[in-house]
Amino acid sequence: MTITKNTVKKISKLSRIATNEKFEKNMIKDLNSILKFIEQLNEVKTDNVEPLASTVDQELIKREDKVSLMNKKKDILSNSPADNENFYVVPKVIE
Amino acid sequence: MSEIYNLTLCQIIEKIKSKEISCEEVTKSFVNRAGKSKKLNCYIEDTFDQALKKSKDQDNKFESDKKLFGAPIAVKDLFCTKGVQTTASSKMLEGFKPEYESTVTSKIWNEGANLLGKLNCDEYAMGSSNETSHFGNVINPYKNDKDLVPGGSSGGSASAVAACLTSATVGTDTGGSIRQPASFTGTVGLKPTYGRCSRWGIVAFASSLDQAGPMTKDVKDSALLLEVIAGHDDKDSTSAQNKVEPFSQKLKKDIKGLKIGIPKEYKIDGISKEILNLWEKGVEVVKSLGCDVKEISLPHTRYALPTYYIIAPAEASSNLARYDGVRYGFRAEGKDLIEMYENTRSLGFGDEVKRRILIGTYVLSSGYYDAYYLKAQRVRRLIKNDFDEAFKKIDTILTPTTPSSAFAIGENIDDPIAMYLNDVLTVPANLAGLPAISIPAGYDQNNLPLGLQLIGKPFDEHTVLNNAFAIEQSINFKSNFKDWWM
Repeated sequence: MTITKNTVKKISKLSRIATNEKFEKNMIKDLNSILKFIEQLNEVKTDNVEPLASTVDQELIKREDKVSLMNKKKDILSNSPADNENFYVVPKVIE
Repeated sequence: MSEIYNLTLCQIIEKIKSKEISCEEVTKSFVNRAGKSKKLNCYIEDTFDQALKKSKDQDNKFESDKKLFGAPIAVKDLFCTKGVQTTASSKMLEGFKPEYESTVTSKIWNEGANLLGKLNCDEYAMGSSNETSHFGNVINPYKNDKDLVPGGSSGGSASAVAACLTSATVGTDTGGSIRQPASFTGTVGLKPTYGRCSRWGIVAFASSLDQAGPMTKDVKDSALLLEVIAGHDDKDSTSAQNKVEPFSQKLKKDIKGLKIGIPKEYKIDGISKEILNLWEKGVEVVKSLGCDVKEISLPHTRYALPTYYIIAPAEASSNLARYDGVRYGFRAEGKDLIEMYENTRSLGFGDEVKRRILIGTYVLSSGYYDAYYLKAQRVRRLIKNDFDEAFKKIDTILTPTTPSSAFAIGENIDDPIAMYLNDVLTVPANLAGLPAISIPAGYDQNNLPLGLQLIGKPFDEHTVLNNAFAIEQSINFKSNFKDWWM
């Protein structure tokens, strides 16, 4: 595969990262060299090999289903770039 | 008497407990030295005043049953510390003060250590030279005619331990981020088995690979720190329930009869002659200690790095979706919500982070998921199978940690692939979830430290540590830089 300007625009959009000419130019170069590198895997025969997502060899441990009250609203909101009346503030969404 | 800051973590704690030195004297010793070492740029933020105050209190209220009593410890700035800025070295998180403490660091404070500060690293732990940090390069205390990188991503941690600016530290290792900088700075770095330590409260990079671990002056210190930070945590469902042994008390240097494998595929193209000589020296050492050394094969080794550079960015692109300019950290303005997200992420992340988010998004996107992401997960299984097979016949694997010694700042920054190749010998242990340690084993002709790596069976840190301890005692490595930055 080859990464074109349109690919960079598309994946930047999916990643919610704003682009410009210079960024796109650099990324086309970098991402193609990375792509070429990772495509070495095409040499490996993987028929009938199950994908390995995690090396954890235990059943997921479930916690007891009980309520715990944290009540840290103020602390949590203190890290927000903008908040008002115990809510996060974002640019207007509805017209 | 030699300066307190030169002592190992275990020596410091022993001297505090025997009342030979006070907690306050210890903290002062590190605070003074770290204060005069700003040029190395190890600390993003210090908590010297709080640490000094706490150490005074500790001298008045002695708790000799605590394993790390009185030890001043700075940590990689990837661990959330309650009320203390945690940035992951990113502009995106500048000013972020978590309202909770990571499990690993809270275990350290519960044993009587005090936070000395937050240590520089590559942005979101993505890098092998500490050059991607928003807060600038960390400098290696070892140098030749130029300033050298400390390795990465735990570069601030490695330099701080080597230069005696903290008694010990914890880093994180996703593809070599503890072991490679340890090798570059002549220090010890241990990546535990995946699941050994809780990941709760650590800024996430690639969740199926990330693991916290000790970075210390010697093997015994790593053993002690591991027994403190290991263990199951209800808040991390991937943390293991395996018993945590008192690793430091069980250390022994008699490793006679241990079966050690030498993987022939690790003699990669481009590896320096000096690294091969060091490896040979390591083999001679373990033979002289009565170990049974045999060549083994890990046939898929050369595919580990390409596999890693699909899986890690894929997981990162998902983990880093949370930085949206709404809940914490940096926000850029935009005419609507979407533009605000896009501008925030464009200005808040550095280039390497953006590269990885884009490549991760690409390999997960519709039409490419099977060809890249699932393919990589299949190769990951083959890599793990190689290790499973090898460990039927051997106890540990001995390799070099890195293909070269520390390089100059700026040398590899324009070529992502050249930078990625730093981790070619460390990445396989992450993909297979295995414990691995780097210990300093010698110097190259430019007087720069080189490390040897030992890889063990899952949850067999005990054997890895004993093996490392025996080699360490036999080689007797001594750091030999001058304090040129003061």
